[in-house]
Amino acid sequence: MTSASLSTLDFANSPINQLLTAERKIELYTQMVRIRRFESAAAKFYSAGKMSGFLHLYIGQESVAVGTISLGGADDHFITAYRDHGHALAVGMGMNECMAEMFGKQTGCSKGKGGSMHFFAPDKNFWGGHGIVAGQTPLGLGLAYGLKYLGREGCCLCYLGDGAVNQGAFHESLNIASLFGIPVVYVIENNGYSMGTSQLRSSAYSGCLAQRAEAYAIEWDVVDGSDIYEVRAKAHIAMERARKEHKPTVLEIDTYRYYGHSVADANHKKYRTPEEIEDYKTNHDPIMVFERKLVAEGVLTDDSAKKINDLAKAEATASAKFADESPAPTIADISTDVYWETDNHTPASKIGRHFFND
Amino acid sequence: MSRILTYREALREGLDEELARDPNVVLMGEEVAQYNGAYKVTEGLWKKWGDKRVVDTPISEAGFIGMGIGASMLGVRPVMELMFWSFHSVAFDQLVSNAACVRYMSGGLCNCPIVVRGPANGGTGVGATHSHIPEGLFAAFPGLKVCAPATPADAKGLIKAAIRDNDPVYFMENTLLYGTTGEVPDPADGDFVIPLGVAEIKLEGSDVSLIAHGRSVIQSLAAAEILKTDHGISAEVLDLRSIRPLDQDAILKTVMKTNRVVLVDESKPFGGVSAMIAMLIQEHAFDYLDAPIKRVCSIDAPAIYSPHIEHEQLPNPRRIVEKVLTLR
Repeated sequence: MTSASLSTLDFANSPINQLLTAERKIELYTQMVRIRRFESAAAKFYSAGKMSGFLHLYIGQESVAVGTISLGGADDHFITAYRDHGHALAVGMGMNECMAEMFGKQTGCSKGKGGSMHFFAPDKNFWGGHGIVAGQTPLGLGLAYGLKYLGREGCCLCYLGDGAVNQGAFHESLNIASLFGIPVVYVIENNGYSMGTSQLRSSAYSGCLAQRAEAYAIEWDVVDGSDIYEVRAKAHIAMERARKEHKPTVLEIDTYRYYGHSVADANHKKYRTPEEIEDYKTNHDPIMVFERKLVAEGVLTDDSAKKINDLAKAEATASAKFADESPAPTIADISTDVYWETDNHTPASKIGRHFFND
Repeated sequence: MSRILTYREALREGLDEELARDPNVVLMGEEVAQYNGAYKVTEGLWKKWGDKRVVDTPISEAGFIGMGIGASMLGVRPVMELMFWSFHSVAFDQLVSNAACVRYMSGGLCNCPIVVRGPANGGTGVGATHSHIPEGLFAAFPGLKVCAPATPADAKGLIKAAIRDNDPVYFMENTLLYGTTGEVPDPADGDFVIPLGVAEIKLEGSDVSLIAHGRSVIQSLAAAEILKTDHGISAEVLDLRSIRPLDQDAILKTVMKTNRVVLVDESKPFGGVSAMIAMLIQEHAFDYLDAPIKRVCSIDAPAIYSPHIEHEQLPNPRRIVEKVLTLR
């Protein structure tokens, strides 16, 4: 069954979406808009030289993070790869701490030690932000294993890109997830390109990428990422399967990124046609699709949508100001957060030499 | 009262006591449960503690070590066995990018209280792929801790400290030591824990210091005996026990006492543990040296298979004695 054959279904009427109040729908819309405005501001200040390293933008994929994370309960956990800004904002991290992290400032969520690819908020069940492709997939397995071990009802949503599906660590994780009955949901955010290489040039598969799960006796589904209602409806089923039955799922969410693999990816207009990008923006953009639905439902008006956009833009601009004005880490800061024991000045930390500087 | 235990039994007793102490401690690895451990370190523990606490994993090091790292962030305390530390390479990303860096990259928000343990040694005729000695390699990653016990008592005391530590500890054992015996304090006499970062003088001496860890300590003790009886040289043997944190004070103290030092290190010469220690000695005890620092490492090639010559590639009493004699 493909997503195309399902597109006639109206997921707005699925039980989990019928529970959404008008306020909650506007909240979801607002979160998606905030992510986009945040990312646009980040791109602007990256180009202005305020950030170092890479900047992997999430623009175009907002429905995935917002739709799935909106389903999270007290003991549902989230972990993703390096394109992590959307998930960070969706779990409730502030724009200030996120922008400041990219500016490399002390006020950043990782005190300026992690950068764009390494956002964390364990207090919000968000465990990163991981830089190595598929390196986070065993960690997501472990978070879910931990929930089961500790007897807590919950699941872990572990996000990965379509470029990560060919890494061994992911396949090892799928095998163990199925073998041990681990409450993990692997969410393949399929934006069609592993960096500059299209899916057809990088992956061998029957049907779709998620179908590989069959080899591990794992349930799978394909989701049209342009519809946040569909994202929520299908993710809900997978998350319930994990929480209640301790069974993993692989979800492949078709989505699209407007920009390159990272802002440094100057070739992204060469491996994709302008028509392809334009078609997505016009017909499949998850924010626009949701906005139209909400206007049709009478939940949103053009005016209120504009107001939400303006507020998000102002919030993003303010976060850049906050980041810019924040202090940089000091040389002494380089040597903290290496060992728990030394950070906490425990008796163990006083024994033997831990650091080997002159 | 002490009892005589094998290194293997001492380790097992340490694991068993930690399983009893903390319900979040879980042993996992290939063949650790129903098979009783490839080297029988975990023998009987699955029967005693059951499926939840002692977990057989598939041959899937990146998968189960990454799983343990993820679970540790939630408060589980996995103790993961690598059947051989040589298999670290298939889990390297998890061991160094995730375990070593997750605390730092999160600005201290995460921590990773795991132990990865297993044998890391040459000398058993299994060729280069199974004879890697990576304590220096992992000690080179800030965020990780490494220890390598030489005796049954140290094996027990250090594994307990490693499990209680809130940072990732990579624990290097030795298949050639599993069957060796030694005195281990009786549990009835109290909780026996040896802190990480404390070296121990295994033999007092006055003419030369042999600084070693792991099985090289045993080889150094044998060499010291020959030096004494055949050459009238009094060697002091310092067992590092822990590589990182490192007991620099104990190293400098023995060097300042004997003024001559031979570092005995089963790893390869380039950039290994002994290279680091030589650097520290020249930096902090240069004026106390009456001779250049010398080393006995494994001969600088991948591990040879041939049982006729393998022991000559590793530090052994003959090579250590010959090296000490060059100092005269």
